[in-house]
Amino acid sequence: MPASAAPPSRRDWSLRSRAMRAVIYQVVVLGLIGLAIWFLAHNTLTNMRVRGIQSGFDFMTSPAGFDIGERMVPYESNDPYWMAFLIGILNTLRVAIIGIVLTTILGTLLGIGRFSHNALVRGLCYAYVELFRNVPILLQLLMWYLFLIEALPTAGQPIAIFDLFYLGAGGLSYPVPVWGLGQGMAAAGALVGVVLSYLWARRSRLHFEQTGQPRPVLLPSIVLVIGCAAGGWLAGGAPMAWNIPTPGGFSMEGGSSLSPEFIAVLLGLTLYTASYVAEVVRAGIASVPAGQGEAAAALGLSKGQQMRLVSLPQALRVIIPPMTNQYLNLTKNSSLAVAIGYPDVVSISNTAINQTGRAVECISVIMLVYLTTSLVTSGLMNWYNKRSAIKER
Amino acid sequence: MNSATFQAIAARPAPVRSEGLVPWLKRNLFSNLPSSIATVVLVGLALWFLPQLLIWGLTKAVFAANHEQCQAVRGTGACWGVVTEKYRLILFGRYPFDAQWRPLIATIAMVAALVASCVRLFWKPWLVLLWAAMLVLFFGLMFGGFAGMVYVPTERWGGLPLTVLLATLSIVLAFPLAVVVALGRRSNMPAIKTVCVIYVELVRGVPLISVLFMASFMFPLFMPPGTSIDVLLRVLVGITLFSGAYMAEIVRGGLQAIPKGQQEAADTLGLSYWQAQRKIILPQALALVVPGIMNNFIAIFKDTSLVTIVSLYELTGAMGLALNSDSNWRPFKIEAYFFIAAIYFLFCFSMSRYSLWIEKQLSVSKNR
Repeated sequence: MPASAAPPSRRDWSLRSRAMRAVIYQVVVLGLIGLAIWFLAHNTLTNMRVRGIQSGFDFMTSPAGFDIGERMVPYESNDPYWMAFLIGILNTLRVAIIGIVLTTILGTLLGIGRFSHNALVRGLCYAYVELFRNVPILLQLLMWYLFLIEALPTAGQPIAIFDLFYLGAGGLSYPVPVWGLGQGMAAAGALVGVVLSYLWARRSRLHFEQTGQPRPVLLPSIVLVIGCAAGGWLAGGAPMAWNIPTPGGFSMEGGSSLSPEFIAVLLGLTLYTASYVAEVVRAGIASVPAGQGEAAAALGLSKGQQMRLVSLPQALRVIIPPMTNQYLNLTKNSSLAVAIGYPDVVSISNTAINQTGRAVECISVIMLVYLTTSLVTSGLMNWYNKRSAIKER
Repeated sequence: MNSATFQAIAARPAPVRSEGLVPWLKRNLFSNLPSSIATVVLVGLALWFLPQLLIWGLTKAVFAANHEQCQAVRGTGACWGVVTEKYRLILFGRYPFDAQWRPLIATIAMVAALVASCVRLFWKPWLVLLWAAMLVLFFGLMFGGFAGMVYVPTERWGGLPLTVLLATLSIVLAFPLAVVVALGRRSNMPAIKTVCVIYVELVRGVPLISVLFMASFMFPLFMPPGTSIDVLLRVLVGITLFSGAYMAEIVRGGLQAIPKGQQEAADTLGLSYWQAQRKIILPQALALVVPGIMNNFIAIFKDTSLVTIVSLYELTGAMGLALNSDSNWRPFKIEAYFFIAAIYFLFCFSMSRYSLWIEKQLSVSKNR
């Protein structure tokens, strides 16, 4: 059967044609945007010349001249600006990553709690979500900070918890092991344990697929990791030395500590975002039809297997995309740390703007950092989402 | 009658009561052992904690605006006197004290217009006229300068009127922008599509505070030399551009939910692109996204608290302004924080209830 001939693909380029008008619209829009950008750039350059503002990123190598209280890499006030920015970025990432982990745990518990058989637990989770979701995060951060500063005793006389942890207006002090060969060996042992348990999980999956006999995975993995770590620790001479904080006259001595700013930011971000995560998890669980659980029970799966193999994979599909948004929101909201003086990248940039007057450069650094973290986070979550999406064949 | 042949069988047990207080308690509080333990623990905690809270917040609290009394009960009772003393400063910021009836009326008018817009009965074209009249009234009252009212520049505006103004106006202005960008993102024209995608993704990737920094530090550099733009206007433009990007994504979600057949049917009828959008696609899509827009409004309402970082004194900023300079009342900041948190909660909670209600309404019409 001869195929009917396609209509001649001749484009009509008259003024009244769709194609021609599309080209005209696009040229006009691009032209207007170009004009606007040129106008803004021209004004900026003129203003900078008139006001004698220097531009460029050369200031990054000159000494910053301000001290930063909280730093993960060594830094002194005469170190260059790029070091200060690096510390700011690391501080942002630290609070964001720890916050994401804690938020996920708390939010998931709250979301599951909304389905509890116990009315009190249900009501409590509901009240938590509504209370924390409807008050601005900035206000919550300020309140936590004020609470930590005002309600807790002074740094000289902190509250002692088992004489190991001390909580006061100076922050939370906690003991740390004195780093040595033994700890290094223990870390290496734990790493070996992780690799071994991965291999065990793969072997038992293959075994299950071939014979249909399930083998335990979780318990052996935990035993492997802890056992290898303990082995490494023993091989390294079983060091027992801990650096325990002790209250001095005016501040804490020894140990390691978290500043009140960090605790306030972490607490505020975690409690606020957890209320959103709880709703995401609730919606995800509610989206799995009850028949799925019943069908799984009819097949003879245990309650745990039902959850792990049937309900959870389906709920995750609904949960992951909005969860990604919540992680991104948490990271972006960590910029509010500037309001209580936690030295994150926004706070460092703010100081740098006030000292050098290079607003354009510093604000572009902020935007670049957040854009990059946003893209990386959403990239990672997209990859995970693809893994858990429906496999259509 | 032979009574031996008649044997009454035992009465059947009464059906288990499944309604009423006791069965409810049994089912919801003591259904099994873990649940019973949780109930006992939670009730115990409540019995231990709630009386303390009541003593702190009510019985031992000081309601009079007397800071010496407040100092005396510090640590054992709340000092609501700080609210009695400072509520006008917190609610209206640095607005001239004698003229504070003006922002009060302006705020009430704005909130009334918002409530009216939430009622379906008012979803008519003349709602736009109502809003225009309301905005004229709002700015007329706030600025003054006529009919014997003193002129008040925007630097002295503050507190709740500023919060409501920033949230409402930025949403109202962002809405047309969002519709255009959402349509542009679905357009066939590659250049327009790229511009819209870049705008949305760029804005959604950065925090609001960097946009506000831009509005406050960089905006003056963008303007021709010699012109200066009011800081309120700059911040308003920043928040509008920010919320516009988020709202564009919400509107795009609504557009995607409209079946392709609708557009094709409109094409068949010979409607032009804009006719089809205006008469067929947008009315259906926008009805779908009302809950989403409401949630966006709640988010922006909460986010207006950020403008205090670029020194505009809305509710949060006005509270700091009221207390930071007064050493008598500064120790009772936490009570003042509770006060404004309650205001924010009142607004946001009622809006989220409304959003849920309207979502149900929309699904009712779909299920019919």
